[in-house]
Order: sequence, then structure tokens, then C-alpha cells
Amino acid sequence: MLVPLSWLKEYVNIDVSTEELCNRMTMTGSNVEMVTRVGENIEGVVIGKILTIAEHPNADRLVICNVDIGDKTIQVVTGAPNISEGDLVPVAVEGACLPGDIVIKRGKLRGELSEGMLCSGEELGLTDEDYHGSEVDGILILGEEYTLGMDIREALLLNDEVIEFEITPDRPDCLSMIGIAREAATTIASSLCLPSIEVSPCTGNVYNEVKVVVEDEQLCPRYCARVVKDIKIEESPLWMRRRLIDAGIRPINNIVDITNYVMLEMGQPMHAFDLDKVEDRTVVVRKAKEGENLTTLDDVDRKLKANMLVIADAKKPIGLAGVMGGANTEITEDTNWVLLESAKFDGPCVRFTSKALGLRSESSARFEKGMDVNLPRKAIDRAAQLIQELGAGSVVDGVIDVLNADTNPYELEVRWTDINNLLGLELEPEAMVEILKSLNFGVRHRNDILDIVVPTYRQDINGMEDIAEEIARIYGYDNIPKTLMKGTVSRGMKTERQKKLDYVRDILVGSGLYEIVTYSFVSPKVYDMIDKKMPEVVTISNPLGEDQSIMRTTLIPSMLEVLARNKSRKVEACKVFEIGKIFTPKSLPLKELPEEKQMLCIGVYGDDVDFYILKGIVEMMLFELGLLERTKFTPVTTDTTFHPGRTAAMAIDNMHIGILGEIHPKVGENYGLNTQILLAELDLDAILDLADTQKYYKGLPKFPAVERDLAITVEKDVLASDIYDIIRDFGGDILEVVELFDIYEGDQIPEGYRSMAYSLIYRAADRTLKDEEVDVIHGEIVKALERKVGAKLR
Amino acid sequence: MRHNLEKIRDEAIENISRAKDLEQLERLRLKYLGKKGELTQVLRGMGGLPAEKRPVMGKLANEVRTLIQEQMEERRRDLEERLLEYRLKKETIDVTIPGKKVERGSLHPLTSVCNEISDIFIGMGFEIVEGPDVELDYYNFEALNIPKSHPSRDVQDTFYITDEILLRTHTSPVQVRTMEVKSPPIKIIVPGRVYRSDDVDATHSPIFHQIEGLVIDEHITMADLKGVLDVFVKKLFGERTQTKFRPHYFPFTEPSMEVDATCVTCGGEGCRICSHTGWIEILGAGMVHPNVLRYGGIDPKSYSGFAFGLGLDRIANLKYGIDDIRLLYENDMRFLRQF
Repeated sequence: MLVPLSWLKEYVNIDVSTEELCNRMTMTGSNVEMVTRVGENIEGVVIGKILTIAEHPNADRLVICNVDIGDKTIQVVTGAPNISEGDLVPVAVEGACLPGDIVIKRGKLRGELSEGMLCSGEELGLTDEDYHGSEVDGILILGEEYTLGMDIREALLLNDEVIEFEITPDRPDCLSMIGIAREAATTIASSLCLPSIEVSPCTGNVYNEVKVVVEDEQLCPRYCARVVKDIKIEESPLWMRRRLIDAGIRPINNIVDITNYVMLEMGQPMHAFDLDKVEDRTVVVRKAKEGENLTTLDDVDRKLKANMLVIADAKKPIGLAGVMGGANTEITEDTNWVLLESAKFDGPCVRFTSKALGLRSESSARFEKGMDVNLPRKAIDRAAQLIQELGAGSVVDGVIDVLNADTNPYELEVRWTDINNLLGLELEPEAMVEILKSLNFGVRHRNDILDIVVPTYRQDINGMEDIAEEIARIYGYDNIPKTLMKGTVSRGMKTERQKKLDYVRDILVGSGLYEIVTYSFVSPKVYDMIDKKMPEVVTISNPLGEDQSIMRTTLIPSMLEVLARNKSRKVEACKVFEIGKIFTPKSLPLKELPEEKQMLCIGVYGDDVDFYILKGIVEMMLFELGLLERTKFTPVTTDTTFHPGRTAAMAIDNMHIGILGEIHPKVGENYGLNTQILLAELDLDAILDLADTQKYYKGLPKFPAVERDLAITVEKDVLASDIYDIIRDFGGDILEVVELFDIYEGDQIPEGYRSMAYSLIYRAADRTLKDEEVDVIHGEIVKALERKVGAKLR
Repeated sequence: MRHNLEKIRDEAIENISRAKDLEQLERLRLKYLGKKGELTQVLRGMGGLPAEKRPVMGKLANEVRTLIQEQMEERRRDLEERLLEYRLKKETIDVTIPGKKVERGSLHPLTSVCNEISDIFIGMGFEIVEGPDVELDYYNFEALNIPKSHPSRDVQDTFYITDEILLRTHTSPVQVRTMEVKSPPIKIIVPGRVYRSDDVDATHSPIFHQIEGLVIDEHITMADLKGVLDVFVKKLFGERTQTKFRPHYFPFTEPSMEVDATCVTCGGEGCRICSHTGWIEILGAGMVHPNVLRYGGIDPKSYSGFAFGLGLDRIANLKYGIDDIRLLYENDMRFLRQF
């Protein structure tokens, strides 16, 4: 809400600086966002009268003017074509500043002294809206009413300060000068002086001129209409136009400007129809008929829906109630009769209409928040008064006022102790009464009760908590003490699961990975990119774009994007992880919330990484979570995202947990990645559920170990995990450690075979092992390996 | 014999002092003290001496032996010392060459800030609770006192899945979700991801992160809210940070407020970050609206509470001096390595 300070000062006496006013208004709830100074980039431009115009001796296109600027006459050289002797013009004298940081200096133009510059509207940053004739080609010619030497800012009213307030949706009453004035008066404890609304005696009878029928009383609780005849359409006076512009509204003509002026002043949106264009001079407030159309004032043809409220004449819609008028009844230069409308329309209905049509207006912004039912009548009289004052037409006597709502103020009683209890204050009831009275509430204090009458413009007040806020904000939030909660002592700590999650992050960071964070919605195209069929997904109905329209079911595409982005930015190595949710619909169309599962994705590329580095990180994490021994990795050849020979599925206690491996070169290519990419995606929720981070101490060995090496040759497709399992099975309790320490292919090993060397450590907890004992077990392992996987001892 | 002994003694001392290394010294030991050594030989010849001379000569021989041994020991220590010195000198390295690189990763700045904030509230007795990203309209709006026609729905541009299911626009839906399953006292914070259909620019992202706080108990007051938030802001930004509580409006709290802190960057002097006001807005807060308590099945006559919410992305940016929110989601390694 833009509030020109001079306008505000018309209603409230302000004897503090603008800065102080703004600070104090902010602290009582009207947050000031900005203060701008109108015309602040114009300085030293005065009104002058051109006395003589003489030819320039050295230039055909220049002339020399003698200009009276009040206290003296100066000589100015100009090239403007449109000036005549006797014209009043803006003169930038020496030292003047113009928009664009232009400073005017005296100097010689083609040998002739020029002590200033005659200004065009453009040079002053003005348009026709600011002053008629500003956009002509040449110097701005002013009306004759100005005093010579007067500052142009003063003359054209370009000297106001405009305060921009942030008005919260609960306070539509503050979308008006008077609303802000009321707040200001309370805030700085000053007096309020509202305009007295008086319509001078009129002739005629409104009931003879127009008929108003309100069909839907629910959606239109009040409709006030007045008629004005003998309309003289012209430009509004400068002061009115200036105020409208400073408050952010374009001036149009006197009638439209008056309706806007009243809206800004009082907060009541109004509309003016050209009555001659209203069929049968009948106004019907009704729901739109399905299939009806209306071209609104912004020249857009709009299809209406049956639940929209329209203003219609006998035949057709002529306005969208509370949103915008129709082009078919627009005020034009030929308008003779005007119908003024000032009504209360149902907020939700206006909101629905404006949203459905994508059409927001100053009017809809006010109606949708809920208007004071008592305001339409006052506003329409104020408009009539202004029409009379401006001589824009003659007001026909009488107001049609169709009222179907209770105009009485809302009353409530609250216990003042409740207010203190909520705020943590110990205010006396008298202090509360005083604050509420300063806000125009009616208040009576009896015992522990305050009987309160709420002004009808305060639709946001319903209960004790609202009254408490009123008291708190005027008493000052800053004056409320800061205390620490009393009451039950609570235990503040993370849950076991939250601690485990923190631990996982620590482990991953400790192993050299950087955490990343990416968006939860992705493009449906990512499934093509990772060479997968699109599963059932949660789809956003109003996405920002197709590229961000589905909730992800895997973290892999986002990870590949991050890797690709880094690669394209010439980052040599990238080792990252993300912990994020994936979303799986339980049924489609979505009837209940989808399943949300937390996943861990690790992605790496760079010179020093390979499958086993990635697996090493995963195994380290599993070890720390007490899960490594329960985990099994098996080859996966059929996952189209991954390399068929370098990918493993991971299972804990035989439950599938995820996948890790090298990205398929084709998928890499889709992301512009021509390097080896290693990636793991694991079900972190499951891992956290299964993890056991409790550590148990096991006694240090008391007896010596027996170490044996075991080197075998096996066919290449025999899995290390199978060999491990056999060794473990036959090693029994005394086999403490099995470690694969060498794999060899090549010389001395037959084609299709490989040599694998293990170090086995045997130990018993209760005795020193005898060699013979170990020999037996070791022999059995060797036999089992020969039998089961065709291993040959080397 | 005496002469002989003295000769051996003098020669041995001379030789020992000239020994260049431990090997030479060992040879000398054998030469003089070994089984076939010169001194040993002399001692063996003692038997041939007259009995009255033996004690004198014996004493002298032992003195010579002890002297040689002592000299040798001294020389050995000396040589060992020099050897060590030599080795250490040879082993000298250029300690100004940079160390070998050990790469530790790092947490994302959003996680770090979330952890920091969580720790502060845990210290004040809060628990951490989470809720779903895909949320019911009911919890995101309705139960927070924001019916379908409420104008403040426009303020939060919402991504919808269906008419009743949406991407949560704030972490506040977890308020009523928590009230439904837990009775007071409730003291929780809710970190989480939220969604609004804002186009991306330096200060906007359609996905960002919030932390919600909720306290419900008997006799909770607005003064308590101010107290808790003041402690929080001071712990997060430093003890000298000031707070300012401005009236504001949220449908689910009444009274409501926005909280400003003195600018982290300039300390309140005024700078570009705080638009030269000296203050930065960091929190929205208020007393839980009785309607919201009722939706959560809590009687507003017996209990009161407060709630607050803050934007993690914004706090992270303030804390680390990041000037573009997009950096948080681009995940450029050169960015991530800085944290």
C-alpha cells in the first residue's frame, strides 16, 4: 500500500519525523517497506516566463530567450521549436539537477551565453499523466496560473514522500489512507480528523432513473447505487491525479478517478457504469450463466462460470462483481449518465472469480479479504460529494441501498487475566481499556471481564487472542519481557535413529565424500536418460515446467546431473553423496499420501576411483553400522542403468537394500559423461532400521594364532564370495580371519583361470592350537574348494 | 713387565682415540682384551712372576684393563653419537614441502546449519520430529486455520498433486500432526524441505528448507516465546546480537510476529546485506491460534503454546556469506569444498 505522506497528513496530525513515524508504525504492525521521495531527482528547476525570443547569430536552429524567473531575468539558448513569447516554462537554472544525474551549468552555446536550460517534460522525467503536455516534442508549456520563480516540484506537486506499507491479509481496512491514518493516530497518540461527508441538495429521484435487483443476497449483502447526470468528462485536477499516481493508480478521467480516489481514501472499491449503455436501466446482481461472456475493461474476452457473480443489465453481464467492470458500459468522453456502484461482495466468491480468470485488481484484492458492510453507503456519498466539488456532473437525489446483512458491530467479552496470561504481562485492566479505546473499540470493564464492541471495519477480530494481539502491539512487543519457560522439564535429545543418520553422514564425510542437495522433482525424461521404464510416479498438477513435474523415484538422475555439471566445469574428481527422499504412489490416481523413503546415493568419478573404492566406502559404512557381516553382494547383469559386468546388488539379511556399480557407458553418454562413473543407491531407511551401532567388547586373545596361506587356481567365473563362504563354512570356529590378499591372472595360470591367495588365521579362545589340529581343518577347506569350485592348490 | 703393561696401555689409549668407527674399535677390543689379546697375554704371563711381585703387577694389570675398557666405552659412546648425528643429518627433509593430501569430505552447508540449529534447541529441551513432503491440504492449510477461501493461500503459491494433496509449503503441518499423537508438554523442532512455485533467482528457489518449532504446555506465554527466540538468536549469531519483535500476521498464530536480528554482516551499522537498515528478518513466530490447538485435539482453555519458523537456506546464506541461493543446489565441488 503506497501512502503519500501529504494525503495521510490530511487525516492525522503528524508531528514526528517521517523516519520516526515509519519506525513506530512498523512496531505497531504496519510494516514499512520503503519510503520514496517524489521528484527527488529534480532540483533547482523554476518556473520562468519567456519574455523575448531572438535569433542566434551563429546557429540557425538555436534561439536566444530572455526568461523572467521571478527574481531576475536570464538568457537561455534553446533549440526547441515549440515556444512562444509569453509562455511559462520550466527553467533549469545554474546548478540544477535533472533525472539521470544531469547537472546544469552556465556556459556558451555557439558563442552566446546560456545561463540555464528550458526543460522538456521528458527531461524532467514527466509523462502526460503527471502534467498534460509533458510528452510534446519540445519544451513543456505550463498553464498560466503559476507564479514566476516557483519551484517546479512545488508547482506540479512533485514533492511528496510516499511510504510503502506491507499490509497483511487480515487487515483490508488498512488498504486505505483512512485505515493507515487510524493506525498512525493510535501509534503516535495523535488526533484523527476524517473528512465530513456531505452531499449538497440534489434534484430528481434515483428510483426513477435505475432499477436495482439483487438476486443473490448471500454473495452481495449490500449494494448501493447512485445516479449522476449531465456528466462532463475531463481530466481531474492536478492534486487528485498526483495523489492517484503517487498511490500507484493511473489517472483516467474525472469520474473514474473519483471512484479510485474514494477507494484509496476509504478502502471501498467502487465502479462507474455508463448508464445509457445499461439495457433497460436495470442492474441485476446475479450468478453468471454458463456460457456467458464478458469483455472486461482490460479488453480481454472472458468466459464466465456459473459460480461467478456478475453485475448484469436486463440482457447481459456488464461487470464482474468486485473484480472488474465490463467494456460494454465503460465511461467514455461521450458519457452523459453515470451509475455509481458501491457494494459488499462475498470475499471467497471474488477470490474464486479472480483466481479462476487470472484477473487481479485493486478491487478484488480488497473484496476477497472481507469488507466492512457499513462502508459502501459512506463511500458512495463521498463519491457524490467529490463529483459535486469537481463539477463533474449533477448528482440525482437519493441512494438505492439494498441491504441484506447485519450492520451491527460484533461484540465479545474477554477475561483480561487471560490476556495477561497469554502475553506474560501484568497489565491493569484500565491500561487495556485505554489501548482498545485508542483503536476505536467500545470497551467496558466489569470485574474480570472486558465487554468489547469491535468496529465493523475490523473483521479480523474474533476472540481473546485477537484482542490480546491488539493490546500487545500497541503496548509494544518490545515491552514484553523475555522469560524462559517454566513447567515440565523436558528431555532434549536426538532419537537413536537420528543419531545413526548423523553417524552415516560422519562416516561418508570421513571417507572423503562431499554432501550434495538436489531438487525432489525431476523431469519425466530422466527415465529415458537412465534407460529405465518410467514407474508409477507422483505428478505435480501445476509444475513450474515439464522439467520439474514429477516427484523422483530414484536419486540417480539428480546425481548424474551433478556429476555431469562438475565434469563440464572441468572439476577433475568428484566424490559426493546425497541423502534424500524418493516418492512412490500407493495407487494412482493418488488417493492417499505416497510412500516417502529416504535413500542414500553415492556418486564418484576421477582418476583414483574404481568399483572397489566405491565398494570399500560402502563396506566401511556397513562395518561401522554393524551390518557388514550380514551383507551380501551379488552380480547384477540386467540393470540397464549399470554396466552388466561391474554391478552388484546389495542385500542385508537377504533383504534387497540397493545397487552399486559402474554406470552403463550409454547412460553416461546421455549425460555427456565419457568417463567411468561409479554410483550406489541404497535404501537408507532400511539400513538405519537394521543398523546396530552398539559396540560390545570382546576379550583380547590370550592364545597365539596359527597363520596359513592358501593359494588356489580357479576358473575366472567362480565368485570370490562363493570361495569365501566355503572357506568360512569349513574353517569352523577356530578360523578367525580370512583375507584375500592377491589375485593373479597371466603367466603360469591357464587361460580362463585365475589364482587367488588367501591368508587364514586360526585361533582358539581357550588353548594354544596344535599344528596337527590346524592341518586337519586347513586340509578340509582345500578339499572342499577342490570339490565345490574345482579349485587347484598352487 | 711393568714396562710392557705401560706400553700396552699407552698404545691402546692412543689407538682407541684414533679409532674411526665402531668396527675399528671392535678390532682394538679384540687386539687388547680378546682371548688372544695383548693384555690377556700379559696377564697369562703373571704366573711366571715371583710371588711377592704378583699383587703389585696384578693390581697394575687390572688398572690397565679397566682404563682400556673405560676408554673404549667412552670412545664407543662418542662414535655412536657421531654416527647418529651423521644419520640424522642425512635424513633431513624439507619440512616446508606441503603435506600429503588426505581428503575428508564435508557436510552440505544446509546440513551443517540444520545441525547447529538443532543442537541449540536440543540444549533447550526440544526434540526433533519430521513429517512428509507430500502433504494433505488438511494439514498444510485447513488445520492451520487457513480454509480454502482464505486470502493468505495466495501468498504461498502451492504445488498441487490433487485437490487434496500437495507439496507442503511450510513445515507447519507437522504442528497438528504432532498434536494428534502426543499430548502436552510438546517441545519440538521440525526441520524439512518445503516447496513453493516461485521461479528460481538469486533469492528464490521452488524448493527450500525450514525449521519449525512448537511448544505447547500449561502457562506458555508470549514472553516465553521472546525468551526462547532471543536465546536461540544469540547462540546462533553471537551473544551481542540484538533481536526485534515486530507484529505480523499468520493465520495459525495470534498474536503473531516477525523477528529481526541485528545484521550478521555489519553488526547493525547498516550494509548491503541488510539494505542499510542494520536488521535482517530471520523468523516468523507467534502464539498458537486456539483453532489450531482445537484441530490438534488440545483444549485451548488448559494449554497454550507458541510456534516459530525459519528458513534454513537464508540462515545458511547469512552465516556463510553466500549471495545466491542457487549455489546451494548446484553442488559445484569448488563450492562444496569450502565448507
